[in-house]
This record gives sequence, structure tokens and C-alpha cells, in this order.
Amino acid sequence: MEYEAVIGLEVHVQVKTHSKMFCGCKNEFGAPPNTHTCPVCLGMPGVLPTPNLEAVKKTVLTGLMLGCEINRICKFDRKSYFYPDMPKNYQISQYDQPLCLDGGVVLGKYAFPKDAQKDPIASAKKNVRLIRIHLEEDVAKSFHFETTSGIDFNRAGTPLMEIVTQADIASPEEAFAFLSTLQQTLSQARISDADMEKGQLRCDCNISVRPKGQLEFGTKCEIKNMNSISGVRRAVAYEITRQIQTISNGGKISQETRRWDDAAGQTYLMRTKEQAHDYRYFPDPDLMPMRTDLGLVESMKQQMPETPSMREERYMRDYALNDYDASVLSSDIDLSHYFEGVLNAAQGDRQKVAKAIANFIINDLLGLLGGADQTLADCKIMPEHFGGLVSCVDAGKISSKQAKEVFVEMFATGKEPSTIIQEKGMVQISDEGALESFAKQAIEANPKSVDDYRAGKMAALNALKGQAIKLSKGKANPQLIGEVLEKLLNA
Amino acid sequence: MDVSYVAHLARLALSQDEITRFQSQLSGVLEHVGQMQKLDVEGIEPTAHASPVYNVFREDVELPSLPVEDALKNAPQQANNLIIMPKIVE
Amino acid sequence: MELFFETLTGLREKLATKKVSPTEVLDALKKRVEAVEPSIRAFNHIDWETARAEAAALTPEDLAKPLGGVPVAIKDVMAVKGQPLTCSSRILKGFVSPYDACVIEKLRAAGAIPLGRANMDEFAMGSSTENSADGPTHNPWDTGRIPGGSSGGSAACVSADEAIVALGSDTGGSIRQPAALCGCVGLKPTYGRVSRYGLVAFASSLDQIGPLSKTVEDSARILQVIAGHDARDNTSAAEPVPDYLSGLNQGVKGLKLGVPKEYFIHGIDPEVEKIIRDAIQHLSDLGAEIVDISLPHTNYALASYYIVAPAEASANLARFDGVRYGARVKDGKDVIDTYCRTREKGFGSEVKRRIILGTYVLSSGYYDAYYLRAQKVRTLIRRDFSEAFGKCDAILTPTTPTPAFKIGEKTEDPMQMYLADVFTIAVNMAGICGLSLPCGFAAQGKHGRLPVGLQIIGKAFDEATLLRVGQAYEQSTEWRKERPACA
Repeated sequence: MEYEAVIGLEVHVQVKTHSKMFCGCKNEFGAPPNTHTCPVCLGMPGVLPTPNLEAVKKTVLTGLMLGCEINRICKFDRKSYFYPDMPKNYQISQYDQPLCLDGGVVLGKYAFPKDAQKDPIASAKKNVRLIRIHLEEDVAKSFHFETTSGIDFNRAGTPLMEIVTQADIASPEEAFAFLSTLQQTLSQARISDADMEKGQLRCDCNISVRPKGQLEFGTKCEIKNMNSISGVRRAVAYEITRQIQTISNGGKISQETRRWDDAAGQTYLMRTKEQAHDYRYFPDPDLMPMRTDLGLVESMKQQMPETPSMREERYMRDYALNDYDASVLSSDIDLSHYFEGVLNAAQGDRQKVAKAIANFIINDLLGLLGGADQTLADCKIMPEHFGGLVSCVDAGKISSKQAKEVFVEMFATGKEPSTIIQEKGMVQISDEGALESFAKQAIEANPKSVDDYRAGKMAALNALKGQAIKLSKGKANPQLIGEVLEKLLNA
Repeated sequence: MDVSYVAHLARLALSQDEITRFQSQLSGVLEHVGQMQKLDVEGIEPTAHASPVYNVFREDVELPSLPVEDALKNAPQQANNLIIMPKIVE
Repeated sequence: MELFFETLTGLREKLATKKVSPTEVLDALKKRVEAVEPSIRAFNHIDWETARAEAAALTPEDLAKPLGGVPVAIKDVMAVKGQPLTCSSRILKGFVSPYDACVIEKLRAAGAIPLGRANMDEFAMGSSTENSADGPTHNPWDTGRIPGGSSGGSAACVSADEAIVALGSDTGGSIRQPAALCGCVGLKPTYGRVSRYGLVAFASSLDQIGPLSKTVEDSARILQVIAGHDARDNTSAAEPVPDYLSGLNQGVKGLKLGVPKEYFIHGIDPEVEKIIRDAIQHLSDLGAEIVDISLPHTNYALASYYIVAPAEASANLARFDGVRYGARVKDGKDVIDTYCRTREKGFGSEVKRRIILGTYVLSSGYYDAYYLRAQKVRTLIRRDFSEAFGKCDAILTPTTPTPAFKIGEKTEDPMQMYLADVFTIAVNMAGICGLSLPCGFAAQGKHGRLPVGLQIIGKAFDEATLLRVGQAYEQSTEWRKERPACA
């Protein structure tokens, strides 16, 4: 029997703020234990929470960027459960009036893992619908020793967004695409660094399988503890296989929470869902309700940055870039800014120049950066110089081949392209007399190619062209030398 | 009311004597509280705050934290600036 | 006259004119405490040394401030940096507060010295101060009787002249009820008037800090200092703070005072009723217009309170788990066992009862029938008052249905205990303000004299009218001059 998977995600995202959600302690990852704590985030007797406006704004902004409806009246609720990492033994969260409702994330082709981009589903622009986004406080971090556990409250009380999807995801690759799109959107808008390895983005997956075509859902399991987007893909794939095998072997899936072990590549049973939680939600009497229609939504709409998918579309529309180039250039906000900076500095036909810049960035720069273990911030090539180089090629001053050499030199030294061109004596030969002499030498030295050309083999012209350029030590203008060769051969 | 069940939700161990005593005392209280069920509250808005004001926020400004020794001073058990508990099993 | 008999107003004059020094005041109080505390037990702890050091550090500028040099007793539920904060609970044994409550900051800024941790019902849950890990406080008028609660220590220490003035907290009557039973003045300000930052929460939507004092004017002086907006309390009101002293002596002529019929039928002691009727007549004689009003949902106030307050408390008290602070059992099998037994050992019976009740009414399947319904009843109670205030400027009622009862009399019958707050609870549910002041004595108890309190209820943020009515009554009667048997 053929089975299909039904997957919903609960994504927790740390919101980037200076201070915590309900107190003034610094919101920072990696500080020495318990150095960012105060009576409020330690849940000392007598303290009260005061909500951080920036965290509310960033949650609203997230909602707007993901097409959510922003709830007009919202409130904070207390969610009660006892756990040592939770200072008050209730979490301030949002229950029935969250900040954002509905919305969705469209899965673009290049958000899928590379090896899955050819799959037709990657091109389907599937919309994964969201149920809600709410704001809450994060819990402390526990460290486990032989017989004890140690707790560091630095993370306790930092702002956390919870994004809940509909069970719209059907494969590990879609889960991957959803998370990478979300990760890009949030990090580009500076809402969160959303780094899974740092726990800034955490994802629980609810997975069930059912015979294809069946309407009723199967029993779901919740998978936790993935610390990368590709880890989520592996965990989901493992879990789908496990569930299908269990059912195929006549077994039953029981509702349970399972932990992913990335090293072992398996999920393990954490707990069964026998004892249902009773969170005893009620409106937090310490916190006043919120109205989003008194200017909050309006001001956030004005501050709404372009999302990666909006930018991708703009690149395709305005610069006629192909979908791959557009997606790579919009995948990182710094890269997009760099690309646009270079484009502004370059002269020539917009679309032609844009394509040339895209090629340089994608085919050369990203590789060079990777090889040098650098990021764009370390890059020595000023956008103006980069633009200048592209202009030189566009104006026919140097060949593309020469330009690549210059680009490598620019990357290494940060020098201006004109300086490098001069130093290397790289001026392209466009003088017809000089080109004719290289062309004649090439024709004389390669009678076989001449015969082939005259017999109609067009490829032979390229061979002759290559010879002529070689004779010119690479300085001959490739387009012009081709024209001169043709003229001589056809004469 | 299942006193033992509710007490466990509240992480409260009780002796058998307490369970019996609370069971009868609380049923008396619930009986009194039950008067409320006679009232017609159809269409009445609930009051969560005595005088509700909307959008009372704090600006995102960092304030000094406690020195770590003050933060941990009242802890029953601590080591290496961590608060220590019996092992937490998830 | 001994210094400890002074009112705040009288003492301030002596301090301001340098007739006495803050240290002399402390010495006098220490002598008094040593004399009467063995029979009253109003304090859980007094740190005389720190108080003396603070008194010695006061500059002439400090002494010119509104409360310069005045020691203020603090209910053991408000955080004072470096002092124990136990809420009269075993679970907080040994806890030392790392911070000052907002009211403590304000008292200090006005030149006052926080002195002593006044006994209370554990976590402010109770009406008799018998639910204390430190043992009960005794009523200065009859030490075989309770002082009321939960701010019983604060009321008793003021009544017995162990303190000039005290702070208490009031969730369902916890300032007014003990003030009435101990024969002193107690004011519960409007919800939001005084910051709750640093007040250990019992029921967050009902709790409010206020003064207990020997006179109405003393309460006005304390309120003047502690009232006002605090950014650390989201529920603190941005409402401006008026001058509470300037209108104090305006009298009651022209004021309409409402008398709700629902407060004179509910198991009220006949002697108490007579005393209250006389007090109402007295205010009428002073020129106030007495009007009959109705607060039809009064009967439901207690019921809805015993949903809302325990529900909020069940969450508020969840933090007492022995992880970050407090007394933790050492031999817990695992985390859950450690929690359960730490809380079993740490909390007293009344706290456990209310945690269970509150947990139950919030639990799955019961929320709508209990908590949500109680919140709706709250709306009806608020409406009652806003309609009544269309007809009158303030409302007069008894503070309690009976005078102080005997220690141990109601400890095993929670419902009877809860009924002690039947006249004070609605004020908290509506979030408005109330004042209790002495208005006579019932011929009951060991010495045949037990204080009775008159409650004056005011509109939201209209404490000034309460104080004005209270002042008119107090200054035209002699009750304030009465001293308890222990004197």
C-alpha cells in the first residue's frame, strides 16, 4: 500500500531585542551562567512583568510579512506547568487572543534542498498555511550531570515567538523548504538570527502517515531536538519511514513524543502522551491587554521590509534574471545589498550588466569567499570597483576571460580594476591591422581547420579564433577577431 | 472534586487525612460558590482588570542585572554559578 | 506621654522641630515592643540594628521630608532589601529579599525607616492571622481573640502602640477587617493607586497595599507618599495623585452617603448593627445626607471572590518550589517528588486548600463554569457600585459582621472564616477604595470592649472623599483616644 505523510510544525523563534520580554536584563546568547538575571526573570516573590514593546512590534512585523491577520485585541495568558527551567512554574504566553492569525509561507524552488530542486513539487509554489503566531517568554537552559541538573536562567524570560502551521507539509523536503524560507525571512528583517544551531530557531514536528487517499489522519508523533534544517529533513524522513514500516508490519502508532538523535540518525521514545497536560490557561492579571489598531499595525506596515520572495520577483521582473540567479541573490540580505550596490556603480545596459554581475557573484565571488573562509563583510572588493570592472567588459575594453583574472586579483588585493589592467598590460587589442596579422598567422598555421571551415564545419572557426587569441597572448578582442577571421576566410 | 488529582496538578503532596479533610471542607466552599450558577450572566463581559488600559509597554532598554552571587544567594543548592536540582529527566 | 503613643502626625511635628531624634523614637518603640510583644506577637522579625543605622544616617534634609525619621512597620509580604521576606510561610524560611518593593523605595525617599516584619496569615490567606508559620497574633483588646487578618500583625502592632503606623495589604478585606477588629484606621486604596511591585502576590487582580494607622490623617499622610504610578507595575494607574491633606477638614455637609440595604441582613451581630446605625446617624447629624441604595449582587461577591482569588493564587504560588529559593526537601526521589514534598512541607492547610480550589476551578472543563462566570459576576458587582455612585458620594457599611472572634473558633470551618470578609470583598472585586475606622465598642470579650469598624466605600481614585468623611467622624468622636487592655 502507498502511504502519505501529514506534517505540521511548531516553530519557536527567539526575537532579537536588547532586553528580555518582561524585564530589563540583557537578551544575549552565550554569557556566563546566571549573569543576565534579576528578581523578575528569576521569579522571585513580589515581582511583576512589564512587556517589551519591541518584541510585540517584531511579532506584528513577522505576521505582516507572512500575510497574517493581526488580531485587533490581544492579551497575555498564564500557561501553568511545573518545570525547573520555568521560574514561575507558569509561562506567560498567549492562548485565545494571539497577535497573529492565519497567513502562510510559499515554498520557492530554491528553498528546497539542492538535490530535490528538480522534483516537480519544488516548482509548485506550494503555500504552507499558518494557524497562528504568538509571543511568549523562553525558559531557562538546563545542563544534565550524573545525578543532578544545573540551571542557567540567562535565557529565561527572553522573547520567543511561536509559529504554528497547518498540517500542510507532505515531505521532509517541504519541511526543509518551509524552514529555510522562514529562516531567511526572519533573519533578513532582523527579527531573529534564527540560527538553529544556537537554538534561536527550534522546531517540533508533528508527523503522521495514512494510506494515500484516506481522509482521516493517522496517529501523530511529535519529534523534538533537531538542531539544523537538514537535521529536520533527516528526522522527518526517518520518522515517516519508521511509521510506515510499523504499520506495514501490522503494528500501531501510539501518540508519543520522540527525540531525534542526529548522530545515530534515529528517533527515540521520550514520553507517551498518556497524561494529557492541563495547562490551566487564564488571562494574566499582571498584564494589560493590547490593541493593535491604535497605530501599531500601521507603523509596522510602513516599516515592513521587502521579503526575500518579493525581492526575488523584482530581480526577475526588472533585471530579467533567471529564477536561480534571483533566488541566490535574494537569499541573503547583505548579498542583495551588495548586488544592488554593484549594479548602481556599473554602466551599460541594465539587464546585460545585471546578468554579468550575477554571474560574477554566483560563479566567482561566492566560491572565492568560501575558499578563503570569509563572509561578504570581509570582502575587499568595493561595489564601485566591481561595477567598474563590469563596465570595462561591457565597453569591450577587456575580455571576459581577462576580467575573471582581474576579479581574482581584486579579491586578493582590493585594488581598483584599472590599476590591475594597467599593471598586467591587459588592454584588449581592437586595432584592425593588428588583429588581421594575428588572423593571418592563425590561418597559415592551421590549414586543416581552414579546410574544415570551408567544408561547412562552423566549430573550426572557434578553433582558429582560439589560435589567434593565443597568438595575441590573450589580448585580442574575441568578438572582433572572429569577424576579421570570417572576412579573410570568406574573401 | 478529585482532591488527589488536583493536588498533583498543583504539585502538592497530601496526607490521607488532609485529602479527607479538604474533600469535605472544599465541597462546602464549592456549595457556597455554586450560588453563582443561579445568576444569569448571558451577554455580560468578563472583568479581568479593575480598570483596563490598553498597550502599557516598556521600551526595549537594557537594565542592570543582579550580580550572580545575589541571584543565587537564596538557592538551596548551587555549583559553578548554576542552580542545582535533582536530575531532570525529560 | 510616652513617645510610642504618638500618632504619625504628632511624631512628625516633634521630629521636624527636633524635640526628639529618630533614634529616641526607635528606643521608645523598642521598650514598648519588649513590654507587650510576648502577649501580642505582632512581629515575625525586627532588625533594630539596621533601623538604628538608618535612623543615624538621616540628614537634616531627610528629617524635613514628609515621613522623615518615622519608623513604619511592614507586613511580611513586602520586599525590603536585605530583610527576611517570609509571608509567614515555612516555604520562605531563610529567604532574604534582594530588592526593595516600590512602596519601600517611596517610604525611604520620604525619610521613613522600614521597621519590623509584621505577622500575617500565610501568603495573606486568612481573616485571623492564625494561619502563620510563626504562630498567631493576639488581639490587643482581648488576647484570647484574633486580631483579624490577613494584616493582623500590622493592625495589632499599631493598636498596641508597638508601631506608629504600618503597611498592610488587602485582597478581600485584609487591611480593613483587622483594622476594624483591632480598633485602628485601615485604608485599601483603589486598585492601581499604589504599585504592587515587591508585594508578594496573592490574587494579582485584587491585591492592593495600604496603611494601618491610629488616625485618619495618618493614613492620608502615608497614602500621599506611597500612591502614584510605577512603570514596573503594568496595572499601576497613571492617574494623578491629589493632595490628600488639603481637603481633609472640609466636613461632610453637602455629601450624600449611601447605605446599602444588603449589608444589614447577612448574619450581622445585633450589637455591631446598632453601633453602625449610630455612626450613620452621627454623620447625618454632622450634615451629610443619608440615602438608601441597593447593591443587588452583594450576595454573589463572596462566591465569585472564592473563585477568582484562589485561581490567581494557584498560579502565583506555583513559583514556591524550592528550586531558586526557599526551603527544599533534601531527599526527593526525583524532580516531581521534590516539588510535591517541598510544597507539602512548606505550605500550611489554608494555603493548600486555596491552591487546590484555584487549581480545580481553572482545570480543563471547569474554566467556563467557574472562573469565566466569576469574572462576569465581577462585572455585575462593578455595575452595582457605579450605579450606586450615581446617587451618592460614598457608601457606609459595617466593616465586619461581628467583633473579633476567639482564637481557634473557626480554624476548622473555612466557610465560616470566609464569611468574616463578607462586607469587604465586594470593594476588591470592583477595584474601588474602602476605609475602616473605629466607631464604637461591643460589650463582648474578656474586658467587655471589642472594637467595631465603620467601612466607608468610595469611587475609584476618590480616596480623598473617604478620608474627608473619616476625618469628620473621627474628629467629632472620642474613639481614637481609647487604648486596648494591653496598654
